[in-house]
Amino acid sequence: MIKVLKYSLADMIRNRWMIIYFLFFLVLTLALLFLSSDIPKLIITLTNVILTLTPLIGLLFGVMYYYNSLDFIRLLLAQPLSRKTIFLGLYGGLALSLCLSLFAGVFIPLLFYGILASPELWTVLILIGMACVLTIIFSLLAFIIAMKSDNRIRGFGLSMFTWLFFAIIYDGIFLLLLSIFKDYPLENLTIILTSLNPVDLARILILLKLDISAMMGYTGAVLQKFLGSSLGYFFILTILTVWTIIPLSYMTRLSGKKDF
Amino acid sequence: MIQITGLHKSYKNNKALRGVDLEFSQSGIVAVLGPNGSGKTTLMKCILGLTLFKEGNIYVDDTDIQGQFEYRKLISHLPQVASFPENLTPDELIRMIKDLRPGVTNEKKFIKLFELGAEMHKKMSALSGGNKQKVNLLLSLMYDNPILILDEPTSGLDPLAIINLKSYLKDEKKKGKMILVTTHIMSFAEELADHVVFLLDGKIYFDGSMQSLMLKQQSDSLEMAIATILKANIPALKTIKSSAV
Repeated sequence: MIKVLKYSLADMIRNRWMIIYFLFFLVLTLALLFLSSDIPKLIITLTNVILTLTPLIGLLFGVMYYYNSLDFIRLLLAQPLSRKTIFLGLYGGLALSLCLSLFAGVFIPLLFYGILASPELWTVLILIGMACVLTIIFSLLAFIIAMKSDNRIRGFGLSMFTWLFFAIIYDGIFLLLLSIFKDYPLENLTIILTSLNPVDLARILILLKLDISAMMGYTGAVLQKFLGSSLGYFFILTILTVWTIIPLSYMTRLSGKKDF
Repeated sequence: MIQITGLHKSYKNNKALRGVDLEFSQSGIVAVLGPNGSGKTTLMKCILGLTLFKEGNIYVDDTDIQGQFEYRKLISHLPQVASFPENLTPDELIRMIKDLRPGVTNEKKFIKLFELGAEMHKKMSALSGGNKQKVNLLLSLMYDNPILILDEPTSGLDPLAIINLKSYLKDEKKKGKMILVTTHIMSFAEELADHVVFLLDGKIYFDGSMQSLMLKQQSDSLEMAIATILKANIPALKTIKSSAV
């Protein structure tokens, strides 16, 4: 698996779009640092951009990479390698290159700013960590979508809908439910609904760390009040791990059943 | 070396293979022929495990290939379409395949044979279609495996490369290898193949020597023999024939 990953990574880091992705975060972070040197404010702005963008890019790159790699997958499948090795290697190369672009783009400007000596270092690392987790989850979903749809237009359409659902529609449904059932105790419902959306989980974890969960309104307040900070982290990380493991095992299973 | 029994394969509503039984036990070149959509590529892909099947069995060197991948050590495969990671160079691709698949390789011979020396450090995206096919051939043939499965090996190649490829395949045949080739170029099949498998609508229409096929169809060339089979069996062609008359 590591060998396939190595070559998939070598291909991806030279991809023009991957370089643009890195430069985007580099310029964004530099611009934000230029506008304000207040790190917590910068983190909030970056959080908003990253939480919207990483699922979208993960999905788009994932679907595009899978479709572009189909003939390469066939070449690998003709070698004495198991399907699991091939798909985990290819997926790993994609996810790792996206995470590296993001990490380098955000962290390099902050490094020059002197983030290593700043008390906000951990918050920045958690932000980047969450961005990477979202990248891992959404590029996995992209692989599953692409494997399920041989029709490329359908694959791209589904990946766009997935992004729209988790980034926008889900929050709308969430608010609607809270408003409909406002006369009932909603703590458990809030926690359950939050767990079902990795973007919300990542947002809450960052805001819990920033200790401004009031900004997140009801959800953040509920999580902080009922779970407490440490338990809140543990809960969120566990759910995010589940969000990674289930699609990963499904993707592996799917790869073993597909015709190429 | 390869034994196929009762192989069926369907893609949704389309039956690609309908009960294929074949046995290739001797060395030599086998041309797998048939019109478009007859199941040639599906058959090759089933042998390689790229396409999965629920009905039937395939044995390679007495190993049931269902769910296996180790048996592919014995096979060199040339896919129909040459497409690789665009940002890697042929040199890196060779290193990658060597890294993934242990064994002795002779890539230098093919770099020389297909005159690829000047292309080795260019990105795959910068290579012409013909040169990509040459890299495709190089990657498939650089291992000295007893079974070669080649899907349309001549597509995009210049005449010199085709001549070189033919002479290489003849040499490999002499070494006792089993070579399965699908092609639409009848002269290529006629010159090289000892044995012909003709697929029609997912079934084996003919399985025998080149001479016996020509004798059966009372034709003096493979091209005419194939044309006779197609005219007799494909309704659209029958109509064309009768309207022409």
